[in-house]
Parts: sequence; structure tokens; C-alpha cells
Amino acid sequence: MRWVAFVVFAAFLLFAAYELHPFGELDDSRMDDYIISNAQNETAANNAVTSVVFDYRGYDTLGEATVLFTAIAGALVVLRRVKK
Amino acid sequence: MRQDEMTPVVRTIAALIFPFIIIFSFYVIMHGHLTPGGGFQGGAIGASAIVMLIVAYGARNVKKKAKEESLSIFESIGGLVFVIVGIIGFVAASSFLYNFLVGEPLFGTIPPFGSNPGILNSGGILPILNIAVGMKVIGGLASVVLVMALAGGDEE
Repeated sequence: MRWVAFVVFAAFLLFAAYELHPFGELDDSRMDDYIISNAQNETAANNAVTSVVFDYRGYDTLGEATVLFTAIAGALVVLRRVKK
Repeated sequence: MRQDEMTPVVRTIAALIFPFIIIFSFYVIMHGHLTPGGGFQGGAIGASAIVMLIVAYGARNVKKKAKEESLSIFESIGGLVFVIVGIIGFVAASSFLYNFLVGEPLFGTIPPFGSNPGILNSGGILPILNIAVGMKVIGGLASVVLVMALAGGDEE
């Protein structure tokens, strides 16, 4: 039974690997072209990666910071010693 | 000598290297909008400096200088600055986290198009958000490692 599951799963993975998009050939590069040509004017920053992370996708970074805050709050609640 | 301290050689070298690591961390955070890096990476570097102090001097000696409560307040200030800057963008301009500082004298210089060396006084709200995230990561990681190191020893 385990081998059947393995074969089925591996067949799925191989099928998916054959269906993968070829590496480096874009279907659609409108987003990239827009960011490359407009990021310096719109965010006044040279680093386009930072302008995506903190400006175009700033909401996502806020969520990341919230995840960090939640993880740290959980660790502090579990591990901190309370004075008796 | 206390049990959780390391030898004087290690402590001296750690105290010598500590300011340089902190300066490098501030460099990575402040140049987040110009070079690779940013708030998360620079914050991890700064937190590793505090972790080095914890390893060399012991958690209880570090706790005398920086309690985990104050580190966690530092972290919360970073998160508050992030959200407040986002809300200022919502109020002053069109949307949440809008880059309202572009074109202003503070952080507003628009660089020329294409590759250029970069201007530190540019980026709009990006440097402020980088500093906020850097404060968050430094305070958070350092307080977690400090609390874990304190939880390992005996109660005093």
C-alpha cells in the first residue's frame, strides 16, 4: 500500500515537472517592466527590491512584522520567568 | 568568576567587536533603499551582536544592562512607527502606506533614472520603515534569545 502511494505521488510529481514553465522565458513581463521603469520615480529609491518590499507590497511587510511580533510574544509568554 | 561567563580573552574581544557590529547593522538598515539589505537583514546583524554579548558575558550580566521588557518595548515602538507611518499615508494621501514623502525635502530626492551611486536623502518613507523594521527585529530577536538563555539556568 505504501509503495502504491509512493508510485502515484511520484507520478504526479513527474507529470507536474514535465508541465513546468521553461526557466527564464516569461509569458508576461508587464509588471517587471513597469517596476523597472517607474520604481525610481515613484518611490525615490534606487533599490527596486526594497521599493517593492516596502512600498508596492508594504502591506505584506506589515503582515511579516505582525508574524514576527506574534512569534516573539508567544516565546516571551512561554519562557519568561514571572517573579513570585 | 561566575559560571556562565567565558574567559577574559573572549570577553575582551567581544567588547571590542560589539560597536563595529552595531555600526555595520545601522549601515545596512540606513542604506536599505540603496544597497542590498534592509530592515530585516540589518536587524538580524544587530541582534547577533547582542547574542554575542549574551554568549560571552552570560545572560544574567546582560540582563543587568538590557532587560527583556525594555527590549520588547523597543520592538513595540518599531511596530508602532510602521503602523503610524502607514496611517499618515492614509490620512495625508490616498492609501495606506502611501509614499507621501516623495518630492519633500526630507528623504524626498528623486534619483536620476538608471544606475547611479545613490543619494542617502532619498526613498520617501522607505528609510523610516526600514528603521522601524530594524528596531523590531533587533528588539525581538535579542529579547527571545535573552529569555531563552535565562530560562536555561537556575533560579537566583
